[in-house]
Amino acid sequence: MNRIISPKNSQKIMETIFWASGIFTVFLLILVIGYILVNGLPVINLNFIFGQPIDNGAAGGILPFIISTIYVTFVALVVATPLGVGGAVYLAEYAGENALVKAIRFGSEILASIPSIVFGLFGFAFFVVYLDFGFSVLSGGLTLALMAMPTILRTAEVAIESVPKSYSEGSMALGASKWQTISQVILPAAVPGIITGVILGMARAVEETAAILYTVGAAIQAPVSIFDPGQPLPLHLYTLATEGISMPFAYGTAAVLVILILVITIVTNTLVDRYTKKMMGR
Amino acid sequence: MPYRLEVENLNVYFGESHILKDINININNNMVTSLIGPSGCGKSTFIRTLNRMNDTIPTFKKDGTVLLDGKDIYDPNVDVVDLRKKVGMVFQKPNPFPKSIFDNVAYGLGIHGVNDKDIISKKVEESLKAAALWDEVKDKLEMSAMGLSGGQQQRLCIARTIAVEPEVILMDEPCSALDPISTTKIEDLIHKLKNDYTIIIVTHNMQQATRVSKCTAFFLHGEIVESGLTDKLFMEPVDKRTEDYITGRFG
Amino acid sequence: MTEKKEDKFVQWVLFATGISSILIIILIIAFIFREGLPAILQIGFFNFIFGMVWNPDNGIYGVFPMIVGTLLTTLIALLFAVPLSLCCSIFLAEIAPPNMRKILKPTIQGLAGIPSVVYGFFGLVIIVPFMRIHFGGSGFSVLSASLILTVMILPTIISISEDALRSVPYEYNEASLALGATQWQTIKNVIFPAALPGIITAIILGMGRAIGETMAVIMVAGNVVQIPGSIFEPVRTLTSNIALEMGYATGIHYNALFATGIVLLTVIIILLLIANYINYKKRVTIGGGYL
Ligand SMILES: Nc1ncnc2c1ncn2[C@@H]1O[C@H](COP(=O)(O)OP(=O)(O)OP(=O)(O)O)[C@@H](O)[C@H]1O
Ligand SMILES: [Mg+2]
Repeated sequence: MNRIISPKNSQKIMETIFWASGIFTVFLLILVIGYILVNGLPVINLNFIFGQPIDNGAAGGILPFIISTIYVTFVALVVATPLGVGGAVYLAEYAGENALVKAIRFGSEILASIPSIVFGLFGFAFFVVYLDFGFSVLSGGLTLALMAMPTILRTAEVAIESVPKSYSEGSMALGASKWQTISQVILPAAVPGIITGVILGMARAVEETAAILYTVGAAIQAPVSIFDPGQPLPLHLYTLATEGISMPFAYGTAAVLVILILVITIVTNTLVDRYTKKMMGR
Repeated sequence: MPYRLEVENLNVYFGESHILKDINININNNMVTSLIGPSGCGKSTFIRTLNRMNDTIPTFKKDGTVLLDGKDIYDPNVDVVDLRKKVGMVFQKPNPFPKSIFDNVAYGLGIHGVNDKDIISKKVEESLKAAALWDEVKDKLEMSAMGLSGGQQQRLCIARTIAVEPEVILMDEPCSALDPISTTKIEDLIHKLKNDYTIIIVTHNMQQATRVSKCTAFFLHGEIVESGLTDKLFMEPVDKRTEDYITGRFG
Repeated sequence: MTEKKEDKFVQWVLFATGISSILIIILIIAFIFREGLPAILQIGFFNFIFGMVWNPDNGIYGVFPMIVGTLLTTLIALLFAVPLSLCCSIFLAEIAPPNMRKILKPTIQGLAGIPSVVYGFFGLVIIVPFMRIHFGGSGFSVLSASLILTVMILPTIISISEDALRSVPYEYNEASLALGATQWQTIKNVIFPAALPGIITAIILGMGRAIGETMAVIMVAGNVVQIPGSIFEPVRTLTSNIALEMGYATGIHYNALFATGIVLLTVIIILLLIANYINYKKRVTIGGGYL
């Protein structure tokens, strides 16, 4: 056995490398989030959150941008949730394993992987120009809906499929129709999973920038009507940072975004945790 | 003659549960020893203690000693990897790798630093012959092992174990997933192997124990109730519980 | 409405939502092509793809430098990200003790959740100045973009590879250890090869993510239309090209940006087809028994 490194030593070396890579990954997250928060948190106060912007956002607050984000995300979810959940119910309960289902799956896979800027192109050509919705919350929200839909669909499908078969058999045995069974037995049992999907879709809508670059406009005022233009937070951060309007405010806005995403992630995890515990407990 | 394996006051715990209690048993050289007992009595746990496979379970704890050729296998200086090379194991469910038949047998050789192609092919052939599989697979060594029948897969796993030249072979219900014909083949194989290896076999099948082994130990609730020569244990058991078990009067 | 009729109606509605993802995808492709094809036809496919000059003012539209830019940033990102994420996924699947997993899993979720514009911003304030100080130039460069992309595609590759590693039956692991293999030998020779199709899928999807990333790249890559002489020079990617010029493009220029979208769309669909094919192939080999 004349090897350069003995199996025992290579085991030790590799184990060290694996540990190092794990720790390095944690370090990366701490670096990015830590840097943004350390520089951004001092900027954040009530005035910053609830104030109106002055000088294109160089001073004042970011309230209109927060409202834009909420508004656009809301529109996106209102459209994407029924489509995603409906599609999931269809895939999980009605469709067999045929070519159409494969096509639907592949379709939603493509939808999930199309570069966001291509969604932006489409949103501009279709919603802004062709349907003449203009640069508006509606155009931006609809574009984001298309991006959030596959996320909701996939998560909801998994949730529906993991409802024990015995539930629906029990209901069918009582003479309930298929839809009665789905709406009264399966969907309620799958609700936590579906909500998780919606939250994940929400995260995607909140953080997206490229897709709304040319659909939602760039207004400084908060949108009121659905046809008003807006400027969601990520877009605002982009403008602040690349046009050199205000670095401190860019940090502040980035910190707000990071906190938003962290909250969403923690909420989802708690939900998933509780849900799995409940399922295990049964 | 010194014993190959000596187990003294062995206690095994998984977390809080006390699985093996005060096990004392000596295992003879070049001989087949059967372990019998109802499901869940700790047979698998016991043989997995002999090649330290239980080390992979985080909650595993043990006290007492296990000596292989007089040396404590749980001594901090003992290298698990060397130990497992000496004490091979065949599992209940055939578990060939998703590789070719040839590569399955050659795997252990590569692991232990054998690089010479000729030596490897010679060794693969020898091992497959020893496992009575050579004639069936010699023309399709490059085929995936997953394409073999269950019985062939199990013999392949035995060949794979033999290839690294262990001294002891542990077999955990090697026939329980197999049909009667494959079972007979494995039993014939055990007969052939017993001259060169110390074999410990767990079995649920008492006929099998009488057919293949010289010695037998009866496990119940984590204890060895009785052990000794197989013939004696089955013909004139000392303990009432052994008698109940072998006569099938047991739950 | 009787129950029967209600059921039929519901089924019809669900069917409609079910096929909506196909309809949407067709609609997207149709519109991108509708707007982009005129440019390709007018400029000529070859001139468009292999043209070295992109000069809208003079009506010259060649995307080759952008194709190179996208490939270069993506490949360098993969160069960093693949080894790191494979090590990390092996760590997660095989080695990490439970409490370390409890830290690492949310970490990966966190990395996946950070908005791309925040990554871009981080690159702009940290990586670009770092590059400027240590390697000269403006700091906006291929390498800056690749480094940011590396962090962004880590979560994709890690989580999909981890799933692939975890789905390798535990029996293989035991069989190998019982033969006296070390854990690393087992991972290298048994677990990793068995998980390879899934790992390749993970890399392809990570690659797709890098190719499609817009905001983060735009903020650190410098966006100069050129074939860079070194990784410390600026580049422009396909995605950035669209995002930068959509705001003011008209006429054929506008169409040419959609044509850039066609290129992106085609690449992504091809990557997805490859990933699906690998998964399909994996099923066939395991089922069929031949390697
Ligand atoms: N990893 C583990 N953690 C906790 N308990 C375990 C573990 N593995 C086995 N046990 C418990 O140890 C006891 C003995 O199990 P073991 O597998 O050794 O029994 P066995 O005699 O081999 O049974 P069988 O004939 O069914 O294979 C059982 O009660 C089992 O539940
Ligand atoms: Mg057992």
